[in-house]
Amino acid sequence: MPVRHPGRWVATAAVLVLVAMLVHSLLTNANFGWSVVGHYFFAAPVVRGLVLTLELTAAAMLIGVVLGVCLAILRLSPNPILSSSAWCYIWFFRGTPVFVQILFWYNIAALFPHVGLGAPFGPQVVRGDANTLVTSIVAAILALGLNEAAYYAEIVRAGILSVDHGQVEAAQSLGMRRIQLMRKVVLPQAMRVIVPPTGNETISMLKTTSLASVAAVTELLYSAQQIYARTYQTIPLLIMASIWYLILTTVLTIGQYYVERHYARGTSYELPPTPLQRMTGALAHRTARRRVAAVGGAAPGPLRGPG
Amino acid sequence: MAAPMVLAEAVHKRYGHLEVLKGISLEVDARQVMCLLGPSGSGKSTFLRCINHLEQINSGRLWVDGTLVGYAERGGRLHELPEREVCRRRTEIGMVFQRFNLFPHLTVLENVVMAPVVVKGEARGVVTERARRLLDRVGLSAKVAAYPNQLSGGQQQRVAIARALAMEPKLMLFDEPTSALDPELVGEVLDVMRALAEDGMTMVVVTHEIGFAREVGDTLVFMDAGVVVEAGPPRDVIANPQHERTRTFLSKVL
Repeated sequence: MPVRHPGRWVATAAVLVLVAMLVHSLLTNANFGWSVVGHYFFAAPVVRGLVLTLELTAAAMLIGVVLGVCLAILRLSPNPILSSSAWCYIWFFRGTPVFVQILFWYNIAALFPHVGLGAPFGPQVVRGDANTLVTSIVAAILALGLNEAAYYAEIVRAGILSVDHGQVEAAQSLGMRRIQLMRKVVLPQAMRVIVPPTGNETISMLKTTSLASVAAVTELLYSAQQIYARTYQTIPLLIMASIWYLILTTVLTIGQYYVERHYARGTSYELPPTPLQRMTGALAHRTARRRVAAVGGAAPGPLRGPG
Repeated sequence: MAAPMVLAEAVHKRYGHLEVLKGISLEVDARQVMCLLGPSGSGKSTFLRCINHLEQINSGRLWVDGTLVGYAERGGRLHELPEREVCRRRTEIGMVFQRFNLFPHLTVLENVVMAPVVVKGEARGVVTERARRLLDRVGLSAKVAAYPNQLSGGQQQRVAIARALAMEPKLMLFDEPTSALDPELVGEVLDVMRALAEDGMTMVVVTHEIGFAREVGDTLVFMDAGVVVEAGPPRDVIANPQHERTRTFLSKVL
């Protein structure tokens, strides 16, 4: 007889009761306003806000990744001026709240009414009137992207440092220059370390874009806020926004899984099957077992997904 | 008489206060195989790494095929060359490492193909053709699509040799190429190296394989504590060492 686990039974029962209470509340508490959630779920302003949220996320991550990789390479540069300026950038942008940075960029015109070549705190080259150049969306993208670059630089740096120095020497002995061996040898291997936190950062960014609502950027949250400011259905609209955020982060999580698999090439003998492969494998197994059962043979051995 | 392929004159190398090379002078003629032997810490690997400028030298001169390695001489002083020049000279010198250092994210074929395409700008088709020939030569034509971690140590080291040869070097450096291998895999790597020597490749080999040094080497150099203790035809040095330190070392490894 296997060992009995009475504790587990108690815990299971407790969890089931709590879940039942939650489901009961979700179904019976009218304040959730599920019909309101459903009503606005695909409303035009909400969908527009959703698209803007995705655009903000993509633009800010693009700036963050590109600038972050550059910063990481600068930080590891043998030139002390380059490495310390990268250090200072990271120190500054990690040291101030991103919320403040959004407000700051939104109000940049108060500091520099006219922006010329080579603005401080940022590498962008612009000229003209700050108020027309830095719209609320631009302010949000700049703040989120530049802030992300600081964090991403540290992720990339950790990835680069995780690659065995022998790899660099082998590439050097083949006559590769620093920039070539970074692109062809070091960064592809660093990706294995870089990708999981990148997924994390993207998911985090998707939600952080909601901070842009303070700059009156009509992304998902602000769209919901505009509706409930009119209808006073605060909770249902916040629930609606949350469900959208959950859906988007779930999609990103699935994407991350496959990207990680891609960069795991050459690191393990055989990759485990994906959930999809496991499911088709299980179905195939089940039909096989039914067929075997029909002819009265023994059931096949333990389930194994295709390799 | 053509210039030797490798010519070292009084090469000194320091790490801080630790002097690891105390004036190494040697030469390797083209199509010759020189084996470097010595206890660990004797500076033999460091010297090898100076030949392709993976290590900088502090004084002395080191030429490969008549050209100074990593430096230009102006007014009697050595000036380190810019990266582009250093890299251009490295393309003529292949190197094989103790721990293989294959690129784990690339297949065997991609490992061999990459450098000629990226560094020399050769056409991928031409290089792929050559890479397949080289992999066939090291007995791995069946493994072109495998990743390095799917191969045994001996197979990995043979891929590493093919990878270095794909750059069509004038000189090959081997840094203890069999020291990380299981004993039964040593032979297959040494066979490839022997065949390479027979084809006339100039080779400098840091090794503990006395048998290989005796059969394949044209010169055997015994180093200890950063100096060349003795050098000569391998059979003479092994059978009749002139120095006490050589005798002590050989008695331990033979």
